[in-house]
Amino acid sequence: MTEIVLSTRRLDKNFGSLVVARNIELNLPKGARYALIGPNGAGKTTLINLMTGMLKPNAGQIFLGGEDVTALEPQERVRRGLARTFQINTLFPGLNALEAVTLAVCERRNIAGEFWRNVAVHREAIEEAHDILAKLRLGDSCYQITRELPYGRQRLLEIALALATKPKVLLLDEPAAGVPQEESGEVFEAVASLSDDLTLLFIEHDMHVVFRFASHIIVLVSGAIFTEGSPAAIAADPGVREVYLGKRKHG
Amino acid sequence: MLPPVFGVLFDGIAYGMLLFVLSVGLSVTLGLMNFVNLAHCAFAMLGGYLTATLVNDFNWSFFATLPLAFIAAATASIAFERVFYRRLYRAGDLDQVLLTIGIAFVSVAIAAYLFGTAQQPIQTPPLLRGAIDFLGLSLGKYRLFLIAIALVVTILLVVGIEYTRFGAQVRAAVDNQRMAGGLGINVERTFAVTFALGSGLAGLGGALAIEIVGLDPNFSFIYLVYVLIIVSVGGLGSIAGSLAAAILIGVSDIAGKYYFPELGAFLIYLVMVVILMWRPSGLFGRR
Amino acid sequence: MVPTDTISAPQLYLQSLSRWSATEIAFWLATLLPFFLFPNYLSLASQIAITALFALSLDLILGYAGVVSLGHAAFFGIGAYAAGLFSKFVWGEPISGLLVAALLAGLAGYATSFIICRFRHLTLIMLTLGLGLLAFEVANSAHWLTGGSDGLQGVRIWPLFGIFKFDLYGYTAYSYSLAVLFLFFLGMRRLVHSPFGLALRGIRENLVRMPAIGAASRAHIRKAYTIAAAVAGIAGALLTQTTESAALESISFQRSADVLVMLVLGGAGRLYGGLIGAIIFMIARDQFSGIAPQYWYFWIGILLIVVVMLLPNGILGGLSKIFARWSRK
Repeated sequence: MTEIVLSTRRLDKNFGSLVVARNIELNLPKGARYALIGPNGAGKTTLINLMTGMLKPNAGQIFLGGEDVTALEPQERVRRGLARTFQINTLFPGLNALEAVTLAVCERRNIAGEFWRNVAVHREAIEEAHDILAKLRLGDSCYQITRELPYGRQRLLEIALALATKPKVLLLDEPAAGVPQEESGEVFEAVASLSDDLTLLFIEHDMHVVFRFASHIIVLVSGAIFTEGSPAAIAADPGVREVYLGKRKHG
Repeated sequence: MLPPVFGVLFDGIAYGMLLFVLSVGLSVTLGLMNFVNLAHCAFAMLGGYLTATLVNDFNWSFFATLPLAFIAAATASIAFERVFYRRLYRAGDLDQVLLTIGIAFVSVAIAAYLFGTAQQPIQTPPLLRGAIDFLGLSLGKYRLFLIAIALVVTILLVVGIEYTRFGAQVRAAVDNQRMAGGLGINVERTFAVTFALGSGLAGLGGALAIEIVGLDPNFSFIYLVYVLIIVSVGGLGSIAGSLAAAILIGVSDIAGKYYFPELGAFLIYLVMVVILMWRPSGLFGRR
Repeated sequence: MVPTDTISAPQLYLQSLSRWSATEIAFWLATLLPFFLFPNYLSLASQIAITALFALSLDLILGYAGVVSLGHAAFFGIGAYAAGLFSKFVWGEPISGLLVAALLAGLAGYATSFIICRFRHLTLIMLTLGLGLLAFEVANSAHWLTGGSDGLQGVRIWPLFGIFKFDLYGYTAYSYSLAVLFLFFLGMRRLVHSPFGLALRGIRENLVRMPAIGAASRAHIRKAYTIAAAVAGIAGALLTQTTESAALESISFQRSADVLVMLVLGGAGRLYGGLIGAIIFMIARDQFSGIAPQYWYFWIGILLIVVVMLLPNGILGGLSKIFARWSRK
């Protein structure tokens, strides 16, 4: 039995009368590659927001490595190893990639409050940042200002920023959103090449990608877990076909 | 016989009503576009100077100038919206603050150039002079008139916003701009019209204010602070909130000056800071 | 300094960002020119240096951390009154006066930073405006302490280091103000190239992302706000010490608005923006001192409109754009 690194217990969230998360129970084992799928408005991003603390649940708990983190601020959860990326680029447009990732590394190493020394003296932090960028094949464009980077590279920088926090669990919200289909494989190759110890949960609409990269699939419908299982089981599930796959084929 | 506290309350409410007419336009436009318009009171001042000039130099009736004050401020605001504001809807709030402070500075200088820095005297029409005795309180006729005007404005606004097609568009755009755009509402035009109406009301407020607080070129800035306080305390886009906040600030200000004159404006600033810290989106804010 | 033989390319790059350029050195050498060229204008030069320091402190929170403040004069005023009262009731030694002013303004900044760091946008603008106006009202009504609208009387400053008297020509005043400005400029320059400076730029560029990289943005903002308040307090104290008086004007909304105008005119978020803005603003005001203040603000207003509509990054931003285009050819 593998160790569970992230789990939720009976998570509920509603905005007024609109229920966006209902009794969510999740268990992410160490090193897992989970996909979170579901029709638009199913509450997938909301679930990531709840787990990372950007939204507060109405009821339920979130555990990270056995610790109850429900009451912790988002940055506290990041420091305990729970990182995320955003569906819509949420980068630092005026910083270049090296500066942005170095900033994230400095935050993790608790040196970001240091105002009396030049950042350039922190050789290890800078090299760590550069290694992360190089690994995502951003090494050659790391001096380019973020807002001038091509869109596909900005998507990779999203992941680089999350990796700089040295996460144990990484939640990827449509990492290839907006990237042309023929290039989205590249983003997922980068994701798949990450360390086996890293636990991954990703939201993705393209079922080819999901079946190729996920070891386990969770189907979310109207804020509740509809079903979950191995890719083969999900592919064969007639119920999933009806609520999700079927609709998308026609749509 | 009523104790003097009721007199203070009455003056405070009348003053609050004046502040309401001055500020409600800014509240709605801020709620609609999130545009920080620090030149709002410059439009009010335009209305004030127009009324003062027409009454003093051309012997117009005070009442006849009021609609003109409204129209002049509304027209000027349309021009400014076209030339300047429109380009900064998506800019940061710092740019909006700087542009509109710039416009307010220019308005102060132009007013000083045209009319001098002294207070504008104005002849109140005989009908509004004096006071009515009510249970031992002397209620100024002009203040009663102010309250009446503010009530009429409130009713017109509430009816206009709640029951007309245009009002429904404004409400939809305040609630959710993108959704409203998706429903085929022309948000920019809705804003332009609302902006003109709001500035018009400010112009009317400026005309009405001369009798109560006087009129000099610094009006743009002195009353800007009051208006901003009311807008942020009342909550953006809320008419009821603006009314409640205006009365609260009006009464606090008059009571403060009456009972603790040495504190100056300390009290209303304190009220504002405390309310904002307690409820950052204002008393009636929804966000 | 890091030995260059073990340095990696990205490290070298980050180091190069903080290298002194020839223009910078020329700028600071030029600040000595008033001693030789305009010996009759040293008092004005001193006021410019003080205002530049004040603008520099605003640049830290506005230009770097993106915190808009309409009430920054509160800290300038606290520093000004603190230095004045210190000289009146304790002793007139100037350096200790500066430290006391920095401490008090920093404490006030630290206390209010807990409010500031929680808000953004209109609420933040209103709160800084409200707190600034409150500070003004307190200074105005505490007549027994501050002298209210008559200004603080009886400020006597001892000679600097016991040797240099604050003379009528402003020789000591300008030397003193310029030295303090340069010292704090060095500190600020170090700060913006530090990890903390990077974090502040992160806050300005994207406040939403900061918690997602594990950053405690509020703690950063509190720290920056406290530092900015202390430096503004030092600027205020310099004004009191070099003019031997403290007036209500030092804590007014007008001063908050003026410094904002200077910073934006010069270009926020680039250290020299506030300095250039202060130089232009103060010299222009001195040249046009014959005209009534309300007409002076006509031109300031026009300038603001032009800067916002045509020069969004201020004079320095415009210059660097022209320079970039020119060097690409």
